[in-house]
Amino acid sequence: MTGVFLNGKYIGEHQNYKALMEQVKEMRMKGALPIETNVSYNDKEDSVAISTDKGRARRPLLIVKNGKPLLTDEHITRLQNGELKWDELVKEGIVEYLDADEEENSLIGVFEDELTPAHTHLELSPTVIMGPQANMVPYAGHSLSFRITLGSKMIKQSLGMYAANLPIRADTDVSIIHYPQVPIVKTLMYDLVKFESHPAGQNITIAIMPYSGYNMEDAVVINRASIDRGLFRATTFRPYKCEELKYPGGQTDLIAIPDKEIKGYRNEHAYRYLEEDGIIAPESVTEPNDVIVGKVSPPRFLASLEEFRVGTEAQRETSTTITNAEEGVVDSVMLSESEEGNKFVKVKIRDQRIPELGDKFASRHGQKGVIGLIVPEEDMPFTANGIVPDIIFSPHGIPSRMTVGHLIEIIGGKVGAMTGKTIDATAFQEVPEMELRKMLFESGFKEDGSETVFDGRTGEELKARIFVGSQYYYRLKHMVANKMHARSRGPVQLLTRQPTEGRAKEGGLRLGEMEKDCFVAHGAALLLKERFDSDRTIQPVCKNCGLLAVYNQFKNKEMCPVCGESAPVTYIELSYAFKLLLDELKSMCIYPKLNVKPKY
Amino acid sequence: MEFPKSVEDQLKALKEDMKLNKQQYENLLKLAEKQYAKARVVPGEAVGVIAAQSLGEPGTQLTMRTKWLAGAREMTVTQGLPRLIEIFDAKREPTTPAMEIYLKSSHATSESKAEEIALSIVDVKLEDITSEINVDLAKMRVEVYLDKNKVKHYGVTEKYVQNMVKENFKTAKITTGDMMIGIRPKEEEVDLRKLYGFRVKVKETHITGIEGIKQVLPVKVGDVWMIKTAGSNLREVLAMKEVDIENTKTNDVFETFSVLGIEAARTVIVEEALDVLRNQGIEVDPRHLMLLADAMTNTGSIRGIGRYGISGAKSSVLARASFEVPLRHLFNAAMYGESDEISSVIENVMINQPIPVGTGIVKLKIESEAMGKKKTEEAKEEKAEKKEKKEKKD
Repeated sequence: MTGVFLNGKYIGEHQNYKALMEQVKEMRMKGALPIETNVSYNDKEDSVAISTDKGRARRPLLIVKNGKPLLTDEHITRLQNGELKWDELVKEGIVEYLDADEEENSLIGVFEDELTPAHTHLELSPTVIMGPQANMVPYAGHSLSFRITLGSKMIKQSLGMYAANLPIRADTDVSIIHYPQVPIVKTLMYDLVKFESHPAGQNITIAIMPYSGYNMEDAVVINRASIDRGLFRATTFRPYKCEELKYPGGQTDLIAIPDKEIKGYRNEHAYRYLEEDGIIAPESVTEPNDVIVGKVSPPRFLASLEEFRVGTEAQRETSTTITNAEEGVVDSVMLSESEEGNKFVKVKIRDQRIPELGDKFASRHGQKGVIGLIVPEEDMPFTANGIVPDIIFSPHGIPSRMTVGHLIEIIGGKVGAMTGKTIDATAFQEVPEMELRKMLFESGFKEDGSETVFDGRTGEELKARIFVGSQYYYRLKHMVANKMHARSRGPVQLLTRQPTEGRAKEGGLRLGEMEKDCFVAHGAALLLKERFDSDRTIQPVCKNCGLLAVYNQFKNKEMCPVCGESAPVTYIELSYAFKLLLDELKSMCIYPKLNVKPKY
Repeated sequence: MEFPKSVEDQLKALKEDMKLNKQQYENLLKLAEKQYAKARVVPGEAVGVIAAQSLGEPGTQLTMRTKWLAGAREMTVTQGLPRLIEIFDAKREPTTPAMEIYLKSSHATSESKAEEIALSIVDVKLEDITSEINVDLAKMRVEVYLDKNKVKHYGVTEKYVQNMVKENFKTAKITTGDMMIGIRPKEEEVDLRKLYGFRVKVKETHITGIEGIKQVLPVKVGDVWMIKTAGSNLREVLAMKEVDIENTKTNDVFETFSVLGIEAARTVIVEEALDVLRNQGIEVDPRHLMLLADAMTNTGSIRGIGRYGISGAKSSVLARASFEVPLRHLFNAAMYGESDEISSVIENVMINQPIPVGTGIVKLKIESEAMGKKKTEEAKEEKAEKKEKKEKKD
């Protein structure tokens, strides 16, 4: 007797589970049971599970009987002519949707020619063993799975035309590429996601060779002329917002050019682009720390209001400024109302990003790299036909990573460029490499894609033949302009007096614990001390009780809060963080007595 | 100058090999002395940190995965990072205790002799020599059926087994038959559930061999035969007359400590750790491990690395507090009125003073008389204070 469960609930027993399952499947096909029904048998527990509930991922498969799929050529012609619809295929029992449980009872073939009588289903296409993301990688069947994963991860970081309503959008920190192209070598997935309507990369001419070491360790050498012609040129947008807040007691912010008397007034230069309404004019070319929206706020505490009485003096300057290290042109200004009904301003800043040293690029095979050198076109290598590559990629990136798909794509791209066709590179059903070679040969090239190349600097022919072709490349969103950062002296945190952290706060670069250990290992005691001097202070200490004393600036005199004014006080040098630790110990009722004595 | 023994031996060997005369040998000694002085660590060198880094960096390359050796005759021993952690944490018992038993030359020459000894030390339990062990519910007893071949294989007799069983279960009623032993526990213990528990006890009755030695494997190393074992019992193995006491060893640090003492335990720590690293293809200077092993054993007992070992036993309050559970250390220190001399590296980094390592270990004190100016200690201090005060005002 087999237990029968409906949506996980026990509903009874059945003598012949096979007949039961057949019946459920038949009724599902006929429409007597919902099409979402799935039935499965668990031989370990000897139970049948019938599921109709939500939350099960289901996928369509072709039904196979006696080693042959039920889908015939006739069906396909009818489908192509529009006489047959997908739903009808499901109803006719040619296609069915399986959930994870029912899949366990099935033997699913991937390729049609491997079907045996034991098979129950056939994949719609071998390429569906990968998801949409992995299917964006051309010739995925030729590279390691790890490279495909990397490749699809990097496609997600590419710059492209991600939306059609760009002018009215205000997404934070997005970039669009100026001249996106449709790939020459593409997969089925590119059609399915309508990639042509929002492409992301560019087809570039690539040569695989070293160039004076400037493309070692995954760097790429790029052609200056290509950049000048607009290759991978992009624009970054960053919106800034400002709201005219209302405070209890009827006070409000005021969006306007702040008065000179106001507390925190920057300088006239910072406000130069503001128009009468206190908002920056479109197409203003801004610099770091320029004011975008001028704003004045009422004093923070009521007490200070009474103290100074006189109107504007007590008010604070709370303008929105461009964050430091950012600049650009004001693209658009949007005036609106916030949820609370306050005046609300959004200003979009645009900045052109021409590829520069250190910007990141990638092909679709997990082969990423940064620009290592920008070379004038005349110094770039050129082929016998006079073709100059846009990018020179290092051959050392290939053997250890084994991205064969990368190489085939270059041949495919070259064929596509010569014949004016797009090349299908969908995994497991792509145009075979041998065919590509034949086509390349027919286009008048060597069939392995290699060409005679001349050094642009000397004009001499290179001894080796170079693999040259066309490939689809992405510009990734990681750009030096957003990341470059250095500091000598700068802002410190209020609590610890140590430097702030992060580029946005003009922070210092941390010398961490393990880096400290390196100084110790080298015995560089004084260098170590100097590196950690950022929060150095000189503090008075009472020699009597060993606690921190106080220095009274008016009297020019030290006194100990415990032992009084006559107590002997000395000065010690220590890190402010340690002074904090002492304070914290005191707050825990631990008495940290400092026994001070001369150092030498 | 005196060299360590190993260097001295090398020099002597060199003298023999190259047939040096006395003068030449003395020149060699002078040269060696120079080189030896050069190779010695300079005072103030941060040997601890360097050792830590030298062990820590290759440690990142060790895989967590235990490497299993395929093949029926080989024994599996914990390796890689898990084993390294085990050694450094001073775990009481290794997950896979193992021994390398070397034999005296009279027994080390042939496989059959080694095999014989191997069989005599392997821990044989009753279940190893039986065909089945049943519970007879009618007679309320456990019945053990001996396997003739297995009994013979381990070189024992039926009579011997019977005696061992009798010795082990003195209170039980034992009946013997042809290759069968019936064991009925004391009346008050006869109860169905207890009987099954009793059966497990019977199964594990020690019959012969050395307890703890689970598996034996005679191996030929060079041209002598020795025995590798899974399971360890150093004390009893060393007591055997066939065993070469000097070379036989176990991978159990604590067992070595209790049998041979702390110096031997130190050597085991060094060699075991070095072995693990070598097996993973990592070369580490053994002196780093020696320093570590010294730190673990210099109190005369074995301490692990970590909160309950070396790090927890530091004398400085601040150093202890900066390493795990600071609150406990601070409160305890306050309770006992501990003081911190601020004499080691961590504390000095905390208060941002030069650390007493490398260039920071040099302290010069110049007598004021020597500088031609007469000043008391007090006056000097005052001056320093004034200077600092001025700095503060700035």
